[in-house]
Amino acid sequence: MFEDLFNVVKKRFNDGEEEYKPPMFKCPRCQGTSPLSRYEELHRVCPLCGYHGRLSAAERIQITVDKDSFCELDKDMVSGDPLSFPEYPEKQQELREVTGLNDAVITGTAAIKGSKTVIGVMDSRYMMGSMGSVVGEKITRAFEYATENHLPVIMFTASGGARMQEGIVSLMQMAKTSGAVKLHSDAGGLYIAVMTDPTTGGVTASFASLGDIIIAEPKVLIGFAGRRVIESTIRQRLPEDFQLAEFMHEHGFVDMITDRKKMRSTLSHLLKLHGYAAEDKEV
Amino acid sequence: MENRKTAWERLQLVHTKGRPTVRDLIPQIFTDFYEMHGDRAFGDDKAIIGGIARLGGTPVTIVAEVKGRDIDENKACNFAMPHPEGYRKALRLAKQAEKFRRPLICFIDTPGAFCGVAAEERGQGEAIARNIAEFMTLRTPIISIVLGEGGSGGALALGVCDELAMLENAEYSVLSPRGFASILWKDASREQEASEIMKITAEDMVALGVAETIIEEPLGGAHNDLDKISENIKEYLSQKIPEKCKKDIDVLLKERYTKFRKIGEFTE
Repeated sequence: MFEDLFNVVKKRFNDGEEEYKPPMFKCPRCQGTSPLSRYEELHRVCPLCGYHGRLSAAERIQITVDKDSFCELDKDMVSGDPLSFPEYPEKQQELREVTGLNDAVITGTAAIKGSKTVIGVMDSRYMMGSMGSVVGEKITRAFEYATENHLPVIMFTASGGARMQEGIVSLMQMAKTSGAVKLHSDAGGLYIAVMTDPTTGGVTASFASLGDIIIAEPKVLIGFAGRRVIESTIRQRLPEDFQLAEFMHEHGFVDMITDRKKMRSTLSHLLKLHGYAAEDKEV
Repeated sequence: MENRKTAWERLQLVHTKGRPTVRDLIPQIFTDFYEMHGDRAFGDDKAIIGGIARLGGTPVTIVAEVKGRDIDENKACNFAMPHPEGYRKALRLAKQAEKFRRPLICFIDTPGAFCGVAAEERGQGEAIARNIAEFMTLRTPIISIVLGEGGSGGALALGVCDELAMLENAEYSVLSPRGFASILWKDASREQEASEIMKITAEDMVALGVAETIIEEPLGGAHNDLDKISENIKEYLSQKIPEKCKKDIDVLLKERYTKFRKIGEFTE
């Protein structure tokens, strides 16, 4: 990236243009502009209004867990096509190439300031983070692995809901994942759900809402039904802040709203408060 | 039994005026039905009814989504679209069934959980999630029957069970075909095409491992013979309930978990 920037500067200099303009970030929330480099430096948080932009799963893992501690589970799992839905396999193939992901969630084990945990991170770039067979199976296995190994689970959710192209099979993933969460909980395991932008539909109505502790990033969208669906049902416009994290917090469905820059230390404290101590060798 | 009707034709049947609702069926199938009300937290949702009754000699707990038989009834029960307090009432009664060792029978018949401001404020997502998780480990047998529409998460909230039965013309889907067409093709008018592609029929549910049994409907559909459809449902329950009650509860719970655990198509 810096090399690109350097080349841009050099090119402009050589072309004799009057002034170099650094790439800017325009915030979709406050409409303000600030240098893109500053926005990236803050891990995609608007320096003006605190808007939390979406992160890829890889970026999220990188800013959350200890360096080189992440060990991926079920990396190669790819989806079938239970409805033989037109162009579904092709669409997936294309997305795999564009995103480098095999589906909408990455799961694995990692350490956060030395405390070992199972972690799952959804990625909204892959079919809007929708939950089909692969998302359901990987999340279920992550909880089962945590139960067997007496580990906590941290799940970063980001999803538009069910994977329409997998029909009823997608709906059943809600039961599968929630069942695995319940068994993990009954075994005494800690589950922290971190709701990121957007957490909606079948994911909200399953594992995302079942955390012992539910954290949300500021101003992210959290809800069950889509805004447009509700607006068409009640035939009126909804207020701007409807279904934002703060709305859900106000109504008692989110424990805390935590800035991205404080997320890693918050998670670390919560793990340690539940007795998941740092393992010396991994500090 | 062979049903040659298309998914679309069956959807028309499900929406036929006069198709029996759970209010018609309960007096035919059960005796001593006492309806219970409220979630003990917010209110009493009329879209879900519940209570205790006898099936033959056996006390059971019933939880059911209710459609109206006319416009007034439909207004009162919100067209069978529950709010969170409906699901929480269902969970309260399910927990009671567990406490008193009564089998739980759920009747599913909903276009979906209600989508509205109040439903969001009171945590529609959380209410559904909680039911799904709690039903998975509820220590009493659970049988669910889809009577007509099994609409998405709103149906699944009463659909985690040891065995799911579908009435012959009932459907179970992730979203209404209309919504499906509107989301995927941006064209709601293609709902018929969507209904055929989505795999929503009773036979599809059995093939996909979602349902175990199809309950035969009278010729032309359940609305043609209330006595017959009630008899068929009663016969099914009278066979299944003792069968599930005989099982060791821990074995039953393992099988319940496995039933859902194995649904999904993927390669690695």
